[in-house]
Amino acid sequence: MSATIDTPPVEERERNLEEVETVTIRFAGDSGDGMQLTGTQFTNTSAVIGNDISTLPDFPAEIRAPAGSLPGVSGFQLNFSSRDIRTPGDQPNVLVAMNPAALKVNLSDLEDGGTIIVNTDEFNKENLKKAAYASNPLEDDTLKGYRIHRLPITTLNIRALQEAQVKLSRKEMDRCKNFFALGVLYWLYDRPMEGSLEWIKSKFAKLPEVARANEIALKTGYNFADTTEVFTTHYTVRKAVIAPGKYRKITGNEATAIGFVAASQLAGRPLFYGSYPITPASDILHELARHKNFGVKTFQAEDEIAAVCAAIGASFTGHIGLTGTSGPGVALKQEAIGLAVMTELPLVIINVQRGGPSTGLPTKTEQADLFQAVWGRNGECPAIVIAPATPADCFHMAIEAVRLAFKYMTPVFYLSDGYLANGAEPWRLPSIDELPKIEVKFADDPTNFLPYKRDEQTLSRPFALPGTPGLEHRVGGIEKQHETGNVNYDPENHHFMVLLRQAKVDRAAQDIPDVEIFGEKTGKVLVLGWGSTYGSITSAVEKLQEEGKSVSSAHLRHLNPFPSNLGEVLLGFERVIIPEMNLGQLATMIRAKYLVDAVAFSKVKGRPFQIREIVRKVEEYL
Amino acid sequence: MSTNGNGMNENKMDDALVDEGAGGGNVSGGGPSPESEPGSVVAGVPAPPPGKLTKADFTSDQEVRWCPGCGDYAILNNVQKVMPELGVPREKVVFVSGIGCSSRFPYYMNTYGFHSIHGRAPAVATGIKSSNPELSVWVITGDGDALSIGGNHFMHAIRRNLDINYILFNNRIYGLTKGQYSPTSEFGKKTKSTPMGVIDYPINPASLAIASEATFVARTIDIDVKHLGAVVNAAAHHKGVSFVEVYQNCNIFNDGAFDSFAERAVRAENVLYLEHGQPMIFGKNRDKAIRMNGTLPEVIQLGSETGLNETDALIHDAHERDPSVAFMLARMEHPNFPQPVGIFRDVQRETYEDLLAQQIETAIAQKGAGSLEKLINSGEMWTVE
Ligand code: SF4
Repeated sequence: MSATIDTPPVEERERNLEEVETVTIRFAGDSGDGMQLTGTQFTNTSAVIGNDISTLPDFPAEIRAPAGSLPGVSGFQLNFSSRDIRTPGDQPNVLVAMNPAALKVNLSDLEDGGTIIVNTDEFNKENLKKAAYASNPLEDDTLKGYRIHRLPITTLNIRALQEAQVKLSRKEMDRCKNFFALGVLYWLYDRPMEGSLEWIKSKFAKLPEVARANEIALKTGYNFADTTEVFTTHYTVRKAVIAPGKYRKITGNEATAIGFVAASQLAGRPLFYGSYPITPASDILHELARHKNFGVKTFQAEDEIAAVCAAIGASFTGHIGLTGTSGPGVALKQEAIGLAVMTELPLVIINVQRGGPSTGLPTKTEQADLFQAVWGRNGECPAIVIAPATPADCFHMAIEAVRLAFKYMTPVFYLSDGYLANGAEPWRLPSIDELPKIEVKFADDPTNFLPYKRDEQTLSRPFALPGTPGLEHRVGGIEKQHETGNVNYDPENHHFMVLLRQAKVDRAAQDIPDVEIFGEKTGKVLVLGWGSTYGSITSAVEKLQEEGKSVSSAHLRHLNPFPSNLGEVLLGFERVIIPEMNLGQLATMIRAKYLVDAVAFSKVKGRPFQIREIVRKVEEYL
Repeated sequence: MSTNGNGMNENKMDDALVDEGAGGGNVSGGGPSPESEPGSVVAGVPAPPPGKLTKADFTSDQEVRWCPGCGDYAILNNVQKVMPELGVPREKVVFVSGIGCSSRFPYYMNTYGFHSIHGRAPAVATGIKSSNPELSVWVITGDGDALSIGGNHFMHAIRRNLDINYILFNNRIYGLTKGQYSPTSEFGKKTKSTPMGVIDYPINPASLAIASEATFVARTIDIDVKHLGAVVNAAAHHKGVSFVEVYQNCNIFNDGAFDSFAERAVRAENVLYLEHGQPMIFGKNRDKAIRMNGTLPEVIQLGSETGLNETDALIHDAHERDPSVAFMLARMEHPNFPQPVGIFRDVQRETYEDLLAQQIETAIAQKGAGSLEKLINSGEMWTVE
């Protein structure tokens, strides 16, 4: 190997370069193996060369489960294509397994006849035992029917680094083996190394020897794949034909954070983010904390309740009061959200949903907090509920959340989930004038000022900020008298105010776009969805439509209130099927509101729907 | 309280009905004294043209609904009286409260007000003050609200040192829910929820505030109105969190809880008025004092019999950064000691809202004011044609 360490081959060997349309790779290894990083590097490179991409990271819940153990396996799935794709792929075509546990955990997901690249060095007695393999799967029938490439990655990597006289400990050298594997994959899928080389240089700018080691590992992996006969063929995936424009890769959490900063700029109001660390929402706090030059105030509170209460306090002064968490955190915040409903202040609550109940599955995705958002508070306590459909859509829905919160003086729930939060896709960058304006009006006229007087169109109350002379008033959680806002226990007034608060939220329906139908307006089956199921549903329906089936889909981004045309849309179909990562929460709401016999298609496994699962379900009703 | 059960006017408490008390009034604890600085400011809030507002300007049109004779009236009355002296325009004042009898307070102040939920007033106030530092923010809370359900926020709001005034009405009972014991109720107390006596040990609010890194901690008594007014005034002038514990009589569910030292007749004898720079002397005849005996405080008798005089007394230093002595003083209790009131601690530290503003300024200086265009167009980008 030594001859090929330093320089990549000068001439491109076009040895059996085969073109493919779409590839799904899953990188899997121990949580200490750097698989998230490897996957992310491969994704960035693929995006930049113009493939469409979609990713699904899969972290273990423990920070560091014992090395080599089954719970310690970390995975990263990437789908890249020359087509317009919407999901990280149903089944990997290629599995990179850095140890026996990674093979064990992921093998069942691999497509029949799929490709496995294994690091044979880790298949020793001890690791096999940790992975509960009675015999070595590389030597028995376990992998029959798959295409297997056995690479002693650990040894090759160490040898290359030793030969280059890298001055690092053996343990540190061993840490570079993920870049060796990445190099192999770069050759196999005909990707340039430049992006990753640059990343290494800047990431380890202060540790030049570490940078050198990783660079050597990457190049050696690449050259090894190129020069040895381990692979007879390599593949290329062309640029995708997607809408023209400028793109960047973005995860849902990044898009959420940037979206709220954008909303703050569009509204001309500073953003205040109150939050308490929680998986999988913490990255939003980290990202927002980096944007202080936009006047963003981030507040890491002592608990979930303080986080939302501080956001409410900030709203009271005219900031964009935002709080973010996951399901268990929302449970703690609900009383305060009721206070914001009662005081009629704008507030946005981000819920990056995860597996529940209780602590549940912190690192896995789920959509089971819809009821919690719509109905989960004491009393008749309506709030607007919206949900982004894709990672990039998180940006636009963040702006939508702020727009509605200010216009209707009400809390707005923003329901993301673990899959959207960590999944990435290309984001076509909008130009600033494409973005909606957010109008914010504050009261300043003391003549006849009444803090709970209603705007005729929106039914919202005037927003009078502390500091405005002559508009001093008191808000609070006790029932308010209509118009004056004074404490009031009169039964008729209470009944009236309950109806009024509901009517105000219902009014938002006049202000949200109609739900669009993907396909014909009438037909046999409508697949209705919300949130992160968008990609799988749309791809499944597209496939069925290509087969000539009478299937359409519609995706809700507004869940309370529903778009005004939803009732009519539902009536156009014989059957409505609703795939959800819960036990049928949207289906229940649809049945209750529209008296439509909707079919709930539930999957609560901490994983997104596969396209084929939805195809099969729909076929039952065709 | 001298007016207990007299069926006094529910809405307006006549000042004359309140015992002006003995010995109170001087709370020179630090911070600029209001007298010495005409048109003075509450830290950070610009002063309006002086001398315009009166107590009536700070009185809202809402009917006050506390029980007749409740100590809350005296506190409300005095806060309304002190407000014009602070020189803060009414619209810049926000009262925030939680739940409980005392938490109705904001409704009676003709300022901005936020009656929030149980225990959470400090968190709401944190959001208000950090997003608009121009406002003069007051938290009104009770012993249950602040120390039971809101215990967590108490500690954290205080340690962050926002420039807010945090007034805790301590009546050692749950009033609004009609008479259950609170975290400050005495051990063994029989209440509706503890017919055989309380078996958990009470907490001391002032010492807890000191332990939570408060920069200003004071204590006063509802019926000692001059002292109360002066303490509230000093609290308002302290830049940083100002925690004030007010012993407040709940004449319905815990009447006379503080009588043994707070009653006018015994107050001079049983209360120690802490004054910065002054020896800790007390007693009707000012013939007793506090001094250290090893690591513990003790009461000494001054005079020819003992041969001890003023110079033997401990001198109060509210500005001492080390909180140990303040903590010790806050924990002295009648009858073993005189009950200390006044300012235990008054030190300076940068406030949360100032540090936050500085970080924003630094970020802008380093990266330039945020541009939406740049925010969107950043990271690794590529173009599809
Ligand atoms: S119950 Fe006690 S504290 Fe509450 S208003 Fe009545 S007297 Fe005051």
